[in-house]
Parts: sequence; structure tokens; C-alpha cells
Amino acid sequence: MKDAAIPGPTAIESFEQEAHEGWLAWVSSVDHKQLGIMYLLGAFVFFLVGGVLALLMRIQLAVPNNHFLTPQMYNQIFTMHGTTMIFLVVVPLLVGMATYMVPLMIGARDMAFPRLNALSFWVQIFGGIMLYFSFATSGINGGAPAVGWFAYAPLTETAYSYGPGVNYWILGLLGIGVGTLTAGINLMTTILTMRAPGMHIRRLPLFVWMTLVTGFLIVTVMPILNAGLVMLLADRLLNAHFFRADTGGSAVLWQHVFWAFGHPEVYIMVLPAFGIISEVIPVFSGKPIYGYEVVAASTLAIAFLSMLVWAHHMFAVGLGHTFDIFFALCSMAIAVPTGIKIFNWTATMYQGRVRFTTAMLYAVSFLLMFTIGGLSGIAFAVAPIDWQLTDSYFVVAHFHYVLFGGTALALFAGVYYWFPKMSGRMLDERWGKVQFWLTFIGFNLTFMIQHVLGMFGMPRRVFTYPPLPGWEAMNMISTIGAFVLALAVLVLMINIVISLRSGEIAGDNPWSAWTLEWATTSPPPPENFTRVPPVNGRRPLWDLAHPDRTDEMLARAAG
Amino acid sequence: MPGTYSSNAFTLAPASPQALAISNLFIGTLYFLGAILILVTGLVLYAIIRYRDRPGAPEAKQVFGSMRLEILWTAAPVLSLAVLATFMARTMMASDPPSAGDRPDIRLVAHQWWWEIIYLKSGATAANEIHIPAGKRLLFDFRSADVIHDFWVPALGRKIDVVPGHPNRLWIEADKPGTYLGACAEFCGNEHAWMRIMVIADPPDQFATWLKQQSAAPAKPVTAEEQLGAKIFRDRICTNCHLRGVGPDLTHIATRRTLAAGVADNTPQNLATWLHDPNTFKPGSNMPDFKLSDDEVHALVAYLETQK
Repeated sequence: MKDAAIPGPTAIESFEQEAHEGWLAWVSSVDHKQLGIMYLLGAFVFFLVGGVLALLMRIQLAVPNNHFLTPQMYNQIFTMHGTTMIFLVVVPLLVGMATYMVPLMIGARDMAFPRLNALSFWVQIFGGIMLYFSFATSGINGGAPAVGWFAYAPLTETAYSYGPGVNYWILGLLGIGVGTLTAGINLMTTILTMRAPGMHIRRLPLFVWMTLVTGFLIVTVMPILNAGLVMLLADRLLNAHFFRADTGGSAVLWQHVFWAFGHPEVYIMVLPAFGIISEVIPVFSGKPIYGYEVVAASTLAIAFLSMLVWAHHMFAVGLGHTFDIFFALCSMAIAVPTGIKIFNWTATMYQGRVRFTTAMLYAVSFLLMFTIGGLSGIAFAVAPIDWQLTDSYFVVAHFHYVLFGGTALALFAGVYYWFPKMSGRMLDERWGKVQFWLTFIGFNLTFMIQHVLGMFGMPRRVFTYPPLPGWEAMNMISTIGAFVLALAVLVLMINIVISLRSGEIAGDNPWSAWTLEWATTSPPPPENFTRVPPVNGRRPLWDLAHPDRTDEMLARAAG
Repeated sequence: MPGTYSSNAFTLAPASPQALAISNLFIGTLYFLGAILILVTGLVLYAIIRYRDRPGAPEAKQVFGSMRLEILWTAAPVLSLAVLATFMARTMMASDPPSAGDRPDIRLVAHQWWWEIIYLKSGATAANEIHIPAGKRLLFDFRSADVIHDFWVPALGRKIDVVPGHPNRLWIEADKPGTYLGACAEFCGNEHAWMRIMVIADPPDQFATWLKQQSAAPAKPVTAEEQLGAKIFRDRICTNCHLRGVGPDLTHIATRRTLAAGVADNTPQNLATWLHDPNTFKPGSNMPDFKLSDDEVHALVAYLETQK
């Protein structure tokens, strides 16, 4: 076996990494594993906050004409819930997962720019703190922003949102946006320049491949949001007129700017989750991913199409049928590469040997739940259906099936899959299965019924509602589901605490997986590898374990 | 609280040709999507049950893929989506027919948290409750006085955003007399939840009578209390908003079913509660609390109840 040179940061940076240990490491570290865990923990804290906000909303909506929250409070809460979950939870969780795993999976010592890595994390955290500081602003117009996560102008203009909340929202998002942008640049550069010898771009683990595509999307669309935020800030603080219709601006312009970022953002939040699924399903089926090239290529197709579908968020604006049809067709088209992925993941399990670990349970439930979210997405691509259902509870159900049923379930799969690598100990499988079933039941209880609520005419973002037929019962069911889901999160926390103390020791490769991160100790040492195994195919550890039938030989035999 | 909820706002219970077109497409699409969901769920369940790991299970077969299958599950979705797209285009024309060259019948001006209704031919104005003649197609013209709102009455068809600086038009009709409920569907600030819509389709002759009444001046106040109320209405700057399109025109308020865009039934008691403190029903609405005395409230209620 030939020892491979390990590409990595310069000796000076390596020295710095070892200089700080213990508590100081939490603020001074530039190590990708430390920062990855900090990303995950930071995002988890925000996840708990966002979850509490969700519970407050569900309590308020449990019964009609409720007075648990004032409308001012409710409107701040749903704005902060959405903004938090998207910008401070889902994206950082995925970036954190990638920050930890990508260098390991390509056989590198660290990220390409370790200091930039730390900057990305801290800027993102400070952006989050800035956003939440808005709650502390006082006065009759004080408090957090109350404009929704897509902050439609002119409601965000000073004429309608006098208080400083929206300014905090803009500045917080600018910070978070810069953090995400630099993280995207860093991940792309790492993947393009830091791969171990033999790790050709066509041999990348699919999680790494999809992170690369996500990095490309981030770098392409994040600046659009940042530009829009600066325009809005100029309107609010400098009396500019970008989005004020009464003085020559355009309220529709904001929607174009926001969704030109906002729809690719959906795929930024989903592609890395696809990547996790593309790692977990093959390993627990005992088979290579079905149709590697097609799964990889369909990711590019999704990324490209994702930039041509933004205006399906604007079908109700009244921009004309020709306009609507173009974006409807593009939105339908994006279902094709997504469907290809679903079929390939399913085919991966065929003729396999499916091990029902908690990680695999989450991955399989992802397949089913994400399919529901994807199919309701097709319904929204059909413009006339969108004309009825957009801005109703149907759309709330739809994107929770995508972002919770999709991304969050994939993240849970990833947590159970990679926790042993990160901590050296296994997460408890019994607690894991309890958490899985609570999550699965709670999630469907909360959101399935919301499809029906939307079809029965309940608009989203209402702080209360009249007792129309069926609305009471459906809202109550949804609220009960939300509490089951909260219980599931509690179980995950218990499991993590117990497993960190007394979980089974994991060893290097507890799942018999094949990618490079499993070729080092758990947790990996500083600089990750003492030696990187040779990479002659997509599954280096399979090749190592089966020298008589490596992937190359198998592929040749299959013709 | 309003008691007029016998009618629903169900998207699959269409009450107009436009809503029927969308409803048919929606039901068809639901069957199509449901079939895909059953297919995928079936395939996944079969895979995980048939190939689950158990003692003595054979080692997984190392298969890398099949181009034939890839082509199949690329081409089949493309074809079925193409079919769906043609149905979509037809439904777009049926549910939102062109209106260029036609003159609007009704202008709807959305305000932070109420709807102003202007009958363009007669000049009558109303608020929140839109009377239309059943069986007649009317062209609506949508304007916003402030932020973005959205007009959505599910039983009558598509929703349409009401965007400042971007007037929209939509044909609206109801097959049969009845009450059709809806709401503002674009978040528009504080009291977005209580910006509900009621479309009341009257038999044509009844509608004609109603419109005539709305176009005429209401009866003069008679009793001393009613006259006192009229004086308060003038003196306590109510008219600054309620006659200038800032708040709803109250000229025929006694003919309306609900108060403040659907938040409460229009009864003398509720009207009194509203005048005592609007925040009881609609906290944060633009109606100020004038700290009226009980006597003033009674007089105002007496006066407003004459405004038919």
C-alpha cells in the first residue's frame, strides 16, 4: 500500500490549531472538526428557540378566537420562527455537517481556508444574536420584526413598520449572509483543491458532490439577497425609493429580488440533505448507490433549474398568463431530476441487505415524507392550483414536508450516522427508535392535516381564526402533533447526553461504511489521518476490504 | 362572535365556472399525484420488507445501476408532466379569462385591515361585504391603499394579490345566491387575521333593490338620542376617517352583517363594545380608542343603527 501525501493547510496553521485546547478552543479554534461541532451546537440552540416559537404559535392556534398571544406578539413570533429555522438552523446545520465531514471524506487535513472557516461561523452567530436582539427593543413599535420571513415590501417600509425590528432583521441577515457566502466559497475551494490523491472529482462521495453544488448555489444567489437587503435598508434609513410604489419604486421588485435568492435557497437547504441520504442508504443496504452518475448529474440539473423557478412564488401577483406558464413549466421540470433521485435511492435498496438502524429508519422515512412534499410541490407548480392554495395552510404543510420531512429527517439520519465518528461513541439505538417514532408520528400529525386546513380556506399567518366548520378540530390535532414532535426533540437531547457519557465505544468504522472518514479514528485526530488509504474508486474502504472484487473489477465484470 | 358560518370556504366546493375549472384540475392532479405517492410508497415498502437484513439473508448484490431504468424514470415523468401542463394551460384560460378592453364593474380597494367596495357604475360604496347579483359575471378591479393584500374567496375561484402600484383585474361570479367566505391571504400587518371577506350573491332583483338603497341617503335621525349621536359623529372627528376612505364609509352600516371586517356580528351590543374600545375585538387596528362615555356610545349606536 502506498502512503499518500495529505494535502492540507500550512504548518503555521497546524501549529495554531494545537496551541489552544480546552475552553479556549471554543473561541479560538480554526479546526474544521471543532468548528463543525460548534456550527451544529449553535444551530441546535437556535433550533430549540425556533421550536419554542412554533409551540407558542400552535398554542395560540389550538382554539379559535384565542387570546393567548396578542397579534403583535404572534406576528413577531412567526417571522422569527421562519427566519430562525431557515437562516440559523437548517443552513448552519448543513454547513456544519459539511464543515466537519467534507475534509474527512476527501482525505484532507482541514478546510482550504481555516481562518475563513472560523470567520464564517462567528459572523453567522453574531448575525443571529443581532436578529434576536430586536426582541429587546422597547416602545410601542419595538420588538422583533413582524413582516414574515420573506418580508414583503412595502410592509417592511418605515411607513408600515416604524420600529427598528426590520433594521435588525436586515443587519442580522446580512451578517448571516456573509457567513454563509464565505462558508460556500470555503467548501467549494476545499473540494476542488484539497482532495487526496486518487480522489478524482468523479469519485467524490455524493455528500461531497452535493455540497460542492450547494457551494456553487450559495455563491451564486447569496449576493442577490445581500443586495436586496441593502436596497431595503437604503429605503428605510436613507429615504430611497426602491420598493415604494407611491414614489416610483416597485413592490414587485422586492419579490423578484427576494425569490431569485429564495428559491435556490430552498435547494441550498435540500441538496446537502440529498447528499446525506445518498451516503446512508447505500451503507445500510450494503450496496453502492444506484446510478451514481445520474444522481450526480441530476443534482446539477436541479441547481440550474432552481434559478429559473423563482416566480412560482409570485403566481398570485397577477403578472400575466405567459409569465406564469414559463415559471410553471420550469417548476414542473425540476420535479424530473428530483424524481430520478427518489427512484435511484429506492433502487439502491433493491436486492440489498437493509439494516434498520435508526439512521436508516430516518433515511427511509425521508424518502416517503420528501416525496409527499415534492408531490405537493408539483401541485404548486400547476399555476391555477397555486392560485387557490398559495398563502394558505396547504403551503405551510407543503414546505414543512420539504424542510422537516425532507431536510430535518435527513439531518437526523446524518446525526445518527456520523455521531460515532464525531464523538467516538454510538448513539443509543433504543432511544433512537423511540425518537424516530415520536418524530414520525408527531410530524405527520402536525402537518398532514394542514393540507386539508388550507383546502378549507384557512390562510397562513393569521394570529387567530373564526370557528369555521372543521377548523377547530384540525387546528387542535395540529397542535397536539406539535407537542409530540417537541417530545421527540427532548428524547434526542436525552439520547445525546446519555450516549456521550456511556454510549458504546464506536471504533473506526462501526457501520462497515466505505468512505474515507471511516478510515481514521473516532473522533479523528488533529489533521485527521495518519495515512490516507489509496483511493482507486468511489468506495476506497470496500476496495480495501475486498481486494479480490474491487469496485473497478465489479464494474468491469458487469460490463 | 359572528354566527354566519354555515357556508364554507372549501376549494373543492366550487360555486362559479372559474372555481369549477380549478377544482376539476385540482381533483385530477390529486389523483395523479396520489398514484405516484402510492407507487413510490409501494416500491419503498417492498424494498425494505423483502430485502431487510435477517439471519441467513444473502449478501447484497453489488449492482451499480441500469441506463434503461434511468431512461424509463426520466421519460415517464416528463411525458406525464407534459400532459399535466396542457391541462394547466386550458384551466388558466377558463379560471382567469382575459379582461383587456372590458370596463370594471366593481373596484375593490384593500386597506390595512378592511376592504372598500366601490360600485363604479352607481357610485355606491360599501365595506367588507361584497354584494353581487347571482349568475352575472362582474369584472373586479383591485387596488391597494397601503401594503400588499390578497383577495381570496375559495368557492369563487382564484386568489389575486392586491399590490400597490400594480392594479389587477379578475372576473368574479357566483352561480347561485348565497354567502361565500374568504379572507385576505397575503400577510399585511397586525390585524391580517381579521381582514375577512364576505361575498353575498343576491338574486338579481334583490341585488337591484340593495344597490338602490346603498346609493340613496339614509333616513335622517329622529329621536333626540339619534340626533345627539349624529352630532357626536360630526364633532368627534369620526368623519375625518369614515368619510374619506381611511376607515369604512358608515353611511349604510346598519345594513351590514358584521363589524370590522368580520371580527364580530353587527349587533348594537357589539357596536357599543367596539366604540368603547376597538382593541377588545381588534387589538392594534387603526380605529383609535376615543374614551367615549357610556352616554356618548349609546347615542352613537342609536345614530348608526339608523344608517340603513
